[in-house]
Order: sequence, then structure tokens, then C-alpha cells
Amino acid sequence: MSGHSTYNPTNPVMKWVDDRLPLPRLMYDSFVSYPVPRNLNYWYTFGGILMIMMVSQIITGIVLVMHYTPHVDMAFDSVEHIRRNVNFGNVLQKWHAVGASFFFIAVYIHIARGMYYGSYKAPREILWMLGVAIFLIMMATGFMGYVLPWGQMSFWGAKVITNLFSAVPFFGEAIVTWLWGGFSVDNATLQRFFSLHYLLPFVLVGVVILHVWALHVTGQGNPTGVEVKSGQDTLAFTPFATVKDAFALSVFFIVFTAFVFFAPDYLGHSINYEEANPLVTPEHIVPEWYYLPFYAILRAVPDKLLGVVAMFGSILVWFILPWLDTSKVRSATYRPIFKQLFWLLMIDFFILGVVGANPPEGWWITVGQIATVYYFAHFLILLPLVGLLETPKPLPSSISDAVLAKNADKQPAAQPAE
Amino acid sequence: MKTTKTLLAAIALGTSLVLGGTAAVAAGKQKNAEDISFSFEGVFGNFDRAQLQRGFLVYKEVCAACHSLDQMSYRNLAQPGGPELSVDQVKAIAAESTVMDGPDSEGEMVERPGLPADKFASPFPNREAAMAANGGAYPVDLSLITKKREGFHFPWYVSPFIKLVKGNGGPEYVRSVLMGYEEPPAEAAKDAPEGKSYNPYFSAGPWISMAPPLSEDAVEYADGTKASVEQMSTDVAAFLTWAGEPKMEQRKSMGFQVVLYLVILSLLLFLTKKRVWGREPH
Repeated sequence: MSGHSTYNPTNPVMKWVDDRLPLPRLMYDSFVSYPVPRNLNYWYTFGGILMIMMVSQIITGIVLVMHYTPHVDMAFDSVEHIRRNVNFGNVLQKWHAVGASFFFIAVYIHIARGMYYGSYKAPREILWMLGVAIFLIMMATGFMGYVLPWGQMSFWGAKVITNLFSAVPFFGEAIVTWLWGGFSVDNATLQRFFSLHYLLPFVLVGVVILHVWALHVTGQGNPTGVEVKSGQDTLAFTPFATVKDAFALSVFFIVFTAFVFFAPDYLGHSINYEEANPLVTPEHIVPEWYYLPFYAILRAVPDKLLGVVAMFGSILVWFILPWLDTSKVRSATYRPIFKQLFWLLMIDFFILGVVGANPPEGWWITVGQIATVYYFAHFLILLPLVGLLETPKPLPSSISDAVLAKNADKQPAAQPAE
Repeated sequence: MKTTKTLLAAIALGTSLVLGGTAAVAAGKQKNAEDISFSFEGVFGNFDRAQLQRGFLVYKEVCAACHSLDQMSYRNLAQPGGPELSVDQVKAIAAESTVMDGPDSEGEMVERPGLPADKFASPFPNREAAMAANGGAYPVDLSLITKKREGFHFPWYVSPFIKLVKGNGGPEYVRSVLMGYEEPPAEAAKDAPEGKSYNPYFSAGPWISMAPPLSEDAVEYADGTKASVEQMSTDVAAFLTWAGEPKMEQRKSMGFQVVLYLVILSLLLFLTKKRVWGREPH
């Protein structure tokens, strides 16, 4: 896609390096001359935002580890120690905790954008599947990270989630014991979660590199879903995408830091300020907000094993999304029925989140079950059918045509009305 | 394995009964704390030094008889953003406590007066001793009480919005519990547990093991403020909020700078973006 490299180093040092290891060339081709479609909107800036959030989580995490103690008797107090005694520790700890939430906000928007514009379709299936893998790693990392402060919700969340594996036939009990490193959630569990919570982010970095590599092979999608056809359709990454991404990132960080500094506990659970106590079960055990829709799916199924299958299935189904969507047209802009289905799915997902936050009693159970059925129906029944039945709107012949048409539409509106 | 589980379950059940905190009782029974406006609320809210000092006095004279404050050191009382007592005052307060230190070069443990660097002395040597002295109820550590307890419970469809504005109501919770002791309604009074008081604001209530701790003029404020139960409850709630996050003021002032910086940066980036993209149709 990017074709031959146009890198032509003028600096002799860069030339010397480039002749031996073409790292300067790779950087130049990836972040300077890399052509991006000229019609990308702000929904496309979340990839860059996610990259920064990942780096931010890793840096704050590494510093936090310098003061944290992964031991059942000391973990809770060591986090308080960070908040109270470590220089800037109060901000650092909140930045990391709230950062996890905003990492997920960004990734949900990024995934939804991919679904809306059909970013998963050929030739970007592997790019998409790597993205799903990234999301799964994020979920595992986030879950283990929430256990580390060793509060009540940390402990009981870990207990509930690890207990899910006891639903596995025959080996369930053995698997859970193996996961815990003992016969209950205890010090061994905390230490292995700590170990993995430190390891997985670097695995994540590896998969993200593959994700970006795949992106740079196929080139970016765009809101029209029409592939780039000529140089007319694209602009250079720098300065165009760079400055737009930087602006979006800065605005995203205004909201993010507002939460870090002014409402740091809002996205967490108050009960997690109570140290873990294996003998006292909290009234409602709920995971962090970003897991709630999947938690609702888990609880919607009366059978434990099938519930676990449904929960994992609700994410794993994204892996085969490129083949479930039968439409040749990528973008929802040109797919009137799919566009409505997309928004219904968003509403459905939101409802699942609300259901997940509430106790599984009364009509919440019914709502959760209906929403779960609809969730799977969207992917397994509606998507394949709509692709076959729907008549898409005519596609623009190229990205630049679409841009010109849009600008022409704007022009008359700018004229003063009589 | 099975017996261990049964045993654990029995212990868990027993403990929750002893603590009077069975989930069923707590559910839906807790009365919302009275919403008052504290000086430290909101984006610009800071602590009221005089109030923190009064609140500390209430903690020291009343609460500290049973409740520990494990996360706090005496030196915290002098640091910026807190009650900001003078170093000499803090030294004197610390010296009132006795700390077991050692072993010394002879291998003996020694008792010495507390220093500002020491943690607040606990009223009891351990949890069991605390429970034994309090009829089986554990006087909870107060370091994070305003963070871990919620005073406001609203229906699910408004709760997220109210909490964004008001927070979780922890400080209000402490205040309301302290001044919320009531005569039990006739219905409830019939099966009143022995030695407990009726307090509809209590999170695991309505029966609470703590007898009403405050009475008119229980402490004498140095600044001449009248020590009514309401005044003391409000002051100690403010003090415990500070104890929950001693660096709140630093956090907010830094946040103000960060957000302002980002707003200006965003504005400049927006103008740059307009300029760069202005040449190209998009």
C-alpha cells in the first residue's frame, strides 16, 4: 500500500544508520510519509489515543510497582502508602486506576467505529482479529489489575471470576485450584495475578505492533468504505493525521484528567476501600463497569457452564465477524438497514451494561435475557441476513469524489438565504 | 475439602450475624444521609483548617477510645492541606502515646513516648481484643471510612448522575450516623437486640453496637465554638474525610493546572489543525 519508500536521508548520521539498520526509514514510512485517506473523521483518532493510553498505563504501572507489595497482609496498605506518602503517588495511583477506565472507553469507541464502518472486511480480517485479541488481553490485564489493591471487591471479584472455571466438566475443580495456586483465593493467587498483570501489557505491546503492521499493509479504511484508488485520495500522515490525532488526544485527555483529579473514585467501587476479608461477602459483587455487559450475559443464562460459554462467546463471536457480515459494502453510511441495526446493538449493549450493574432479581433477569438473545441474534442471524437482503445506496467512485460531493453540498448552505 | 467449605461457610455466617451486618437487613433499610455542603466539596473545595482541628479534637477525645486510625501518622497533622498544627503541637500530641519499640542492644523491647513519625496509636493491640472489649462488635478503622461507606442510595436510573455531582456521600454518612440515633419505632423495638442502639443511617443497620458516642459539650473547642452534637459530628466527618485522603488539596490544585494546560493546548492544536487542513479538501 505504501509502496516504495520515499525516505531520502540528508543527515549523514541518519544515512549511516539507515544503510545498516533501516529503522529511520521504517519510522519515516510509518509516521511521516504514510498515506492516510483524506476523509478520516474523528472516530478514527482513537487508535492513536489507545496507543498513548497503553504507554501511559505501562509507565504509571512500572512506577507503582516500585512501591507496591504483592502480599495479602501488605497489598492494601501499600496502595494506601502510595496514595499518602509517595511523592506524587496520589496522582500516579489515580492516573493508573482511572486510566484503565479511559483505556476501555477508548477501546469501546474504537471497536464500535470498526463495526460501523465495516473495518473488519476483506482485506482487513487479520487486522480485526488481532484487535479482538488485544481486547481480550486488555480484559485479562484489567481484571488482574483490579485484584491487586486487595480491597473487598478485588477479592470477591477474583473469587467469582475464577470460580467460573469450576463449571468446566470433569476438570473444573482442578482448574480452579490450579488458577488459585491453592484451595482459596489467597497469597499465591495475588502474587500470580501480580506477575501476570506485569507480563500481559508487554504481550499486549507485541500484539499491538502486529495490529499496526497489519494496518500498514492494508492501509487504513475510511468512512466511505471505498478503497484508496489514487494519490488524490490520501494525505501524508505528517502533518495531517499527526495534528488531528494530537488535537483529539488533547481533548480526550481533558476529560480523562478531569476524572483523575476531580472524581477519581467515581468509576470504582467504594467497598474496595475496605481491605479484603474472606469471611465477609459484600452485598453486591459487581465487576468494573467495563465488564458489566459481559457479566450480564453470564448471569442471563441459568446454567453456569452455558453462562460461561455465552460470556466468552459474546466476544469470541467478533473473531468470525468478517464472515458473518455478508454484505459487500463496508460502510454503514451506505447501508440503511445495517445502520439502524448497529445503533440497536449499541442500545442493547448499553442495556446489558445496566443489567450487569444491578442485582439479578425480578425483571432485571428478563431484561438481561432478552438483551442477551438480541446480542447473539444480531451477529448470528441479522448480520448474515441483512447483507443478503439489503439494497445499499450507490457508492461514490472514489474517496476524493465523496469529499468533493460533500463540500459541494456545503457550499449552497453557506449562501445567505433570501 | 467439603468440611473446610462447610466450616468456612459457618464462620462466614456466624461473623456476619455477630457484626449485625447481614445483607438482608442492610438492603434497602439504610436511610439516606442528610446532604449538607462541606467546604471540601466541588472542584475548588478545600478543607477548613479550623474545622479539621476541631474534628481532630473530637476524634482524639471521643472516637480514639475505640477506633483506630491505622493509615495516619502524627506528622500528617502538620503537613500542608490538613489541620496544619504546628510541629511543636504535633510533637506534644505524639508524646502522649506510648510506643513499643525495640529490641534494643540488650534484646529487650522498650516503651517510649511517641514521635511525629509514628503511626497513630491503636486503642487495642489487635482485632480480637477490640471485639472482646466491645461486645463482639469490631470498631472499624476510621482511616478510609468516608471513602468506603456510602451515604446516598438512589434508584439506579438517577444514581450515576447524582453521584457524579455529590460523590458517594461518605462524609455525610459519618455525620448522619453520629447524630442519627433515634428511639426505635414500636414495631422494631419489640425485638431490639440487647446492648444495641437504633440508628437508621447505619450501613449495616438499623441496629448498631456503638452507643451514641457524642453528647452536648463532650469536648471543649479551643476556638470557642459551641460543641453541639451536630457541630461535633460535622467536624469529625470533615476530619475523617481529610484522613481518608490527606493530599486532596494538592490533587485538586494540580488538577486545575493540568486541565487548564490541556484546554490551552487543545485550543492551539485546534488552530494548528485548521491551518494545516485548510489547504486540503477533506
